[in-house]
Amino acid sequence: MSKPVIATASLAGCFGCHMSLLDIDERILGLIDLVEFNKSPIDDIKTFTKPVDVGLIEGGCCNSENVEVLRSFRKNCKVLVSVGECAIMGGLPAMRNGIPIRECLEEAYLNSPTVDPEDRLIPNDEDLPIILDKVYPCHEVVKIDHFLPGCPPSADLIWEAVTALVEGRPLQLTYDLIKFD
Amino acid sequence: MTQEKEIVLQHPKDPSALLDVIRDVQTRLGHVPEEAVSRIAAHLKLSEAEVRGAVTFYHFFSLTPRGASTVYLNDSITSRMNGRTAVARAFEEEADCRFGEVSPDGRVGLSSTSCIGMNDQEPSAIVDGVVFTKLSPDKARAIVRGLRDGTPASGLVAEFGDGANQSSLVRAMVSNNIRKRGPVLFGPHEPGAAVRKAVSMTPEQVIDEVKKAGLLGRGGAGFPTGLKWEFCRREKAPERYVVCNADEGEPGTFKDRVVLTELPGLLFEGMAVAGYAVGARTGVLYLRSEYAYLRAHLEAVLAGLRKEGILGKRIAGSPKFSFDIVIKSGAGAYICGEESALLESAEGKRGEPRDRPPFPVQAGYLDRPTTVNNVETLATAARIVVEGAAWFKAMGTPKSAGTKLLSVSGDCARPGVYEVEYGLSIAELLDMAGAPEAKAVQVGGPSGTCVSKAGYQRKICFSDLPTGGSVIVFGPDRDIFEVVENFMEFFVEESCGWCTPCRAGNVLLKKKFEKVAHGKGTEGDLRDLEAWGKLVKATSRCGLGQTSPNPILTTMQNFPELYEARIQKGRDFVPEFDLAAAIQDGCAAANRRPACKEADHE
Amino acid sequence: MNDIRFTIDGKECLGKPGQTIVEAAKANGVYIPVLCHFEGLKPVGSCRICTVRVGGRFMAACTQPLIEGMAVENTAPDLEDMRKSLIEMLFVEGNHLCPSCEKSGNCELQALAYRYQLMAPRFPYLWPRRDIDASAPLLMLDGNRCIQCLRCVRACRAKDGRKVFAAVDRSHRVKIEVDKKLAAHLSEDQARRAMDICPVGAILRKETGFAVPIGRRKFDRAPIGSDVEKGTGR
Repeated sequence: MSKPVIATASLAGCFGCHMSLLDIDERILGLIDLVEFNKSPIDDIKTFTKPVDVGLIEGGCCNSENVEVLRSFRKNCKVLVSVGECAIMGGLPAMRNGIPIRECLEEAYLNSPTVDPEDRLIPNDEDLPIILDKVYPCHEVVKIDHFLPGCPPSADLIWEAVTALVEGRPLQLTYDLIKFD
Repeated sequence: MTQEKEIVLQHPKDPSALLDVIRDVQTRLGHVPEEAVSRIAAHLKLSEAEVRGAVTFYHFFSLTPRGASTVYLNDSITSRMNGRTAVARAFEEEADCRFGEVSPDGRVGLSSTSCIGMNDQEPSAIVDGVVFTKLSPDKARAIVRGLRDGTPASGLVAEFGDGANQSSLVRAMVSNNIRKRGPVLFGPHEPGAAVRKAVSMTPEQVIDEVKKAGLLGRGGAGFPTGLKWEFCRREKAPERYVVCNADEGEPGTFKDRVVLTELPGLLFEGMAVAGYAVGARTGVLYLRSEYAYLRAHLEAVLAGLRKEGILGKRIAGSPKFSFDIVIKSGAGAYICGEESALLESAEGKRGEPRDRPPFPVQAGYLDRPTTVNNVETLATAARIVVEGAAWFKAMGTPKSAGTKLLSVSGDCARPGVYEVEYGLSIAELLDMAGAPEAKAVQVGGPSGTCVSKAGYQRKICFSDLPTGGSVIVFGPDRDIFEVVENFMEFFVEESCGWCTPCRAGNVLLKKKFEKVAHGKGTEGDLRDLEAWGKLVKATSRCGLGQTSPNPILTTMQNFPELYEARIQKGRDFVPEFDLAAAIQDGCAAANRRPACKEADHE
Repeated sequence: MNDIRFTIDGKECLGKPGQTIVEAAKANGVYIPVLCHFEGLKPVGSCRICTVRVGGRFMAACTQPLIEGMAVENTAPDLEDMRKSLIEMLFVEGNHLCPSCEKSGNCELQALAYRYQLMAPRFPYLWPRRDIDASAPLLMLDGNRCIQCLRCVRACRAKDGRKVFAAVDRSHRVKIEVDKKLAAHLSEDQARRAMDICPVGAILRKETGFAVPIGRRKFDRAPIGSDVEKGTGR
């Protein structure tokens, strides 16, 4: 029997949630026995090569590429999980929400004291993803099946959730596992 | 001495004078500048934050200038149905500013406002306290031009309405539009008869008569009036009060305006009768700011009643009973129609409802036992005392005795005020008002029920369709979703913000409703609307939040086919998120063209 | 005066005349979640999280006085879900960025979210633009985190009785403002009390953040309310 397949991505996040995944320490050997990784920064597979059972999403959507990646995860993953505060509610990148994006861009690229006065420009290369008006939580863009809060979620929470999901049992969420910081 | 100081010093050093001082400053300076806030705070021993809190709570007060003259254009659904959009555009073009702004020359400010009680003659506006009805784009332009030329708003009123609207103290272009005169409110009444009759009885007998008549509160909630008076009378206290709720703010209601215009004497007698029954010496008429144009008229009627010995010391020949009435003004807040919020406001504070218990009959105005009754209720009580309980009870239905004033507006040939017996069916009412094609009828205003054709045999009475008086008719071409959206906007704006479900819940309900209305809803979204609506109703602190989801819930119930047709069937998730819209600002800021694949990815 | 007999979810309880449902429940070892309520302050029923059901009617347990024979429903699943909804509403109507908040771990809103296992709100985030007022010498007021509980409005007064905090505006725009003149003269004790009374991180005594390490903060180990329930075997 083939092993359950997992994919992961970091959208508008800091990779802290991925670090926390690695923080499961020696259990990672067990995890490798249990599952197979597909598209993920962990194995550097860039595109989906087969249907995935569980997709783990870190980070919210701050630009058009995030949206595209998230949608492709939704298409390719049976179960999709928002991992961490940024995926769930935008997190620190969302501190800009409520401020018009033009104001943010002008502050960052035109008016900040550290901008080179000779080179004031809001980045406009056509190859760059387009920044969104706000940072969106993943579940406001696609359907999300599970949420793992925390900044980052603890390694124990990730372990519990991933093993529960691949084994098809309900998550056991004890008090110490749910934290928003 | 600065102007601010001069104004403030004219008022007593009493925190309950807060709203009066603010109103005075607002009227004379056009706004409440920072210096006035400091002066008021120092004078009344309040913090400046508290003063700012009171100023910002009320729609007709402002910390920033709103122009030498301010146009408050009604934004009720009926106003919109009668051409508000074109009128608003004319105001904006002529004033050269948008709504919410002041014209570049500072002469005219434009502001939208919730229903001003003129739904039978929309679109209408209040300009510096003067009411303008049946506006057209041309009239709107003429108003702005006149104000700019320095003509006071009162000088721009060309024709006056009917009845007392023509009197020298009113001189308003408002029409009464009394379409049906019933035997109770509009029956023959000899001035002073109610007070004379009351004082010839014991207070207990008066209460008993009102109880036997089965008079239920006309504001909409339907609490037995006699019982309320009895509770109030029973409280041991050195002072009790009668407060008349003349703050009809439910969009679509305007019948109290007509009572205040044409039957103020009867109303004041009703207050005196209530005062006699509960053992009060003072009555307070809390008059909504929108009806401030009636104040001089009302004061004159009060003066006349005093002269005739119907108000004042030892009135109507009674050796002991003294009773007088003062008028307190609102300042633009729907919530102040809620009785405990009204009391807060009458005491000079932000109009935030109180927790109950204690009920106003236990601790109301200035913490004294207080009976708060609606305008129509008090006027009706006066008639009951004169004509007797049996006479009254013979009208209406067994459980809803007497008659009701209805304010009918919207898509009908004869909008206006109707005094009808309880038990009248919607179909009969539509027949009277001339609306054979009505697609829906909103009974009881936004907080009431939206009835579809299937419900036109339902009756107006407390056990079927209770109403404070607002009836809005929607013709066959009206979009019910537009109506609901307008009603939800109203509740979002008028929530006092005190409790979570009303403050945040109404915003979220409105957002979810718009998702459905814009074709992005799913069956799950409909379930959410219902659940969230129930949540807001169940957990809100006062009547506002306990009824604000009704526009959504009652249309979902009575027009399910409309909702079914708007949703995306068979899809379990449709995001509100729209990539094409979300990248628009970013593209504009970076001067980029949105790439097609981003725009139509969905 | 005699004790008042009442029940909470069928459990027989005794209370004193004048007590509210919340107070009496606590005295009987039953936790009814509260947020705007603070012992010693006049209850105002603003957050509605203490909503209970009595005889089919919903009411705020923090403001409702006890009545003889009351049968209070406290943990019915639909009630608990209503409370969870209200907590979620508070999260989406403000800007609650727990990871960067000084109050995290000691925040009562967050603690309620933990207790109710709030993983993601059912409501969309509203992202209002709110102000931060750091003009007072000792205090900072961050509107992003304010939940309009009115604790500070009730508790914090200057020596002459004037209110240091007040609600301004209305509807969803309502916000708590600190009186600039009064705030300029707050004592260390007054500033500290203002911070401590705030259930969230909206009022902060400047220069004191992150004093307690993660793991030792108020709600790191045990859920909010567990002190009330101790020994009741929940």
